[in-house]
Amino acid sequence: MIEIKNLHANIEGKEILKGLTLNVNAGEVHAIMGPNGAGKSTLANILAGREEYEITAGDITFDGVDLLALSTEERAREGLFLAFQYPVEIPGVSNVNFLRTALNEIREAKGEDPITAKEFMALVREKSKIVELDSKLASRSVNEGFSGGEKKRNEIFQMAMLNPKLAVLDETDSGLDIDALRIVAKGVNSLKSPENASIVITHYQRLLDHIVPDFVHVLYDGKIVKTGGKELALELEEKGYDWIKEEMQVS
Amino acid sequence: MAQYTENELAKDLENQDYKFGFVTDVETETIRKGLDEGIIRLISAKKDEPEWLLEYRLTAFEAWQKMTEPEWAHVRYKKPDFQNITYFAAPKQSKKYESWDDVDPEMKETMAKLGISLEEQKKLTGVAVDFVMDSVSVATSFKSKLKELGIIFCSFSEAVQDYPELVREHMGSIVPHTDNFYAALNAAVFTDGSFCYIPKGVRCPMELSTYFRINAEGTGQFERTLVIADEGSYVSYLEGCTAPQRDENQLHAAVVELKALKDAEIKYSTVQNWYPGDKNGVGGIFNFVTKRGLCETNAKISWTQVETGSAVTWKYPSCILKGDHSVGEFYSVAVTNNYQQADTGTKMIHLGKNTKSTIISKGISAGNSQNSYRGLVQIHKNAHKARNFSQCDSLLMTDHCGAHTFPYIECKNPSAQIEHEATTSKIGEDQLFYCKQRGISEEKAISLIVNGYCKEVLNQLPMEFAVEAQKLLAISLEGSVG
Repeated sequence: MIEIKNLHANIEGKEILKGLTLNVNAGEVHAIMGPNGAGKSTLANILAGREEYEITAGDITFDGVDLLALSTEERAREGLFLAFQYPVEIPGVSNVNFLRTALNEIREAKGEDPITAKEFMALVREKSKIVELDSKLASRSVNEGFSGGEKKRNEIFQMAMLNPKLAVLDETDSGLDIDALRIVAKGVNSLKSPENASIVITHYQRLLDHIVPDFVHVLYDGKIVKTGGKELALELEEKGYDWIKEEMQVS
Repeated sequence: MAQYTENELAKDLENQDYKFGFVTDVETETIRKGLDEGIIRLISAKKDEPEWLLEYRLTAFEAWQKMTEPEWAHVRYKKPDFQNITYFAAPKQSKKYESWDDVDPEMKETMAKLGISLEEQKKLTGVAVDFVMDSVSVATSFKSKLKELGIIFCSFSEAVQDYPELVREHMGSIVPHTDNFYAALNAAVFTDGSFCYIPKGVRCPMELSTYFRINAEGTGQFERTLVIADEGSYVSYLEGCTAPQRDENQLHAAVVELKALKDAEIKYSTVQNWYPGDKNGVGGIFNFVTKRGLCETNAKISWTQVETGSAVTWKYPSCILKGDHSVGEFYSVAVTNNYQQADTGTKMIHLGKNTKSTIISKGISAGNSQNSYRGLVQIHKNAHKARNFSQCDSLLMTDHCGAHTFPYIECKNPSAQIEHEATTSKIGEDQLFYCKQRGISEEKAISLIVNGYCKEVLNQLPMEFAVEAQKLLAISLEGSVG
């Protein structure tokens, strides 16, 4: 699905990613954990195509396409979705209008006809159930006046609507209470299929109680330094990140 | 707005330049350039006006000569040479049009290009249209149907001929010829415009619309609009404007007077899209307009404007809330791009008790433009429990444009309640990135964000106009983030 090879990236002259390599196949869920400042959000932003970052080496292949050659919107149309750590408010633009515009842009890029109003509303009803999103939120302005939990649920709702090949969840668990966490996880799990994949970026293990990853990677100082199964997450939860740091310094 | 799909918007965006920049090839009758008493007498004679109107013009001209051009607005421009303007230009027409079939084909084509094919409008939307090109009104549709209800909707010239008492009674009663420099100039040289009278208790069943078009070169357009809503009546009035693309600055100095008598309501909407000049600020229309309405007891006047055109805009649609319980509203979106300058806002003059006014102003500045909101809320001493709410928001698209707010509040009654809110924000890179990450192109993202920002104002417009306004906003701001 996605192949990241030896990725190096700077922001404002400072090197954040220092040779990151990661392979994700269809049907897999990968968790990326790591201490603050390790480069987790940088990775998410680079995958989505944020322009502030300078790629100095390495490459990314997404479903056979050179991802770095594509603009942000082209990547989205190819099926890459980023659930934002801090979803943005767009006053005056209703959630449904926003999503219909997005959906139609993606369909148009694939040479498909725009979705009919009836199909669209049926889709909204179906997908909003997954994240237990109040139907009123669908007609309100994008994220405006939403609580932290509502914003995150809205991200998962958008993901469900756009049905991406690869979903990148950037600290979706931050700021969520346990109920919201459960709902978000349920949403992610119900969208899992053999055709798509997700990269779940998180600081804490607790999200992984609900979203069971196939692989857990530890990102430290701009590189993946350790890869394991679900048990690695538990080990990190127990011991913190310090032992990783020590291990790194020893080697 | 629901019927307007995003795809249509995309198609419209492909044609990003000023799309009304064409010139219609019709024979035009003009008089010599310049302004003096002789010209005024000539205009009056050409229009076969009664003596009192000529007197009115001459008095206004005398007053104008003693006045100086105002300089307090936050705009800079080379003052027009008033002797180098042609004050009368009319598409040549042998006779008054009796029916749509008589209208010159060239003219019909112009209207079609402007999207105001009268025939289509007749069939589809039921909007009555008065079309004013250069100095004269070319065609008015639906006249007879309106007449059955006693509604008068015609060109100003016709009104002068057919309803002289009404015109004489109300003209200049709200914007006197001494009001300001441009109002005085208009009173002296105005050539046509629209006139509308809604009788007592009648609710006008369709939108009334005037379309203003400057076509001829070197001319100014000076039209007057007078709308009188008699007791308990209601009318919704629309005004659209365009002009050809030219290197010269052309002057548009209009006067609009509204009178809402007891319990009447007037809704006046404008989509102003005069030629704004090119990317370097060459050419464009100087739009110096005086618009004012008077509300008697329990009456309501609502101004809605979407201003995207003109090189320089100077305009303050205002309400005099004379009667008790009367209501004034002002909803405005003003967009400036490239080197456009706008100084626009409103005046709410509270005279009566329990009068209420609302001001919602949304400024959008792009390129190197300057966009100012200037508003006055005045509560007079007898205006017990008057209330005003003002909200002035500015959105900046670039780092080199300017947004300015000049709110004035004068309150002479302690029971008044006045609220003022203002915000300034820059269009967010984060918002754009968020949209793009969902697959939405930058152009469409800007259009979404801007339309969302203006929603409170756009919602006030009648459907057809709202769609037009959305398109205009997108076109005006194309490629403007930086």
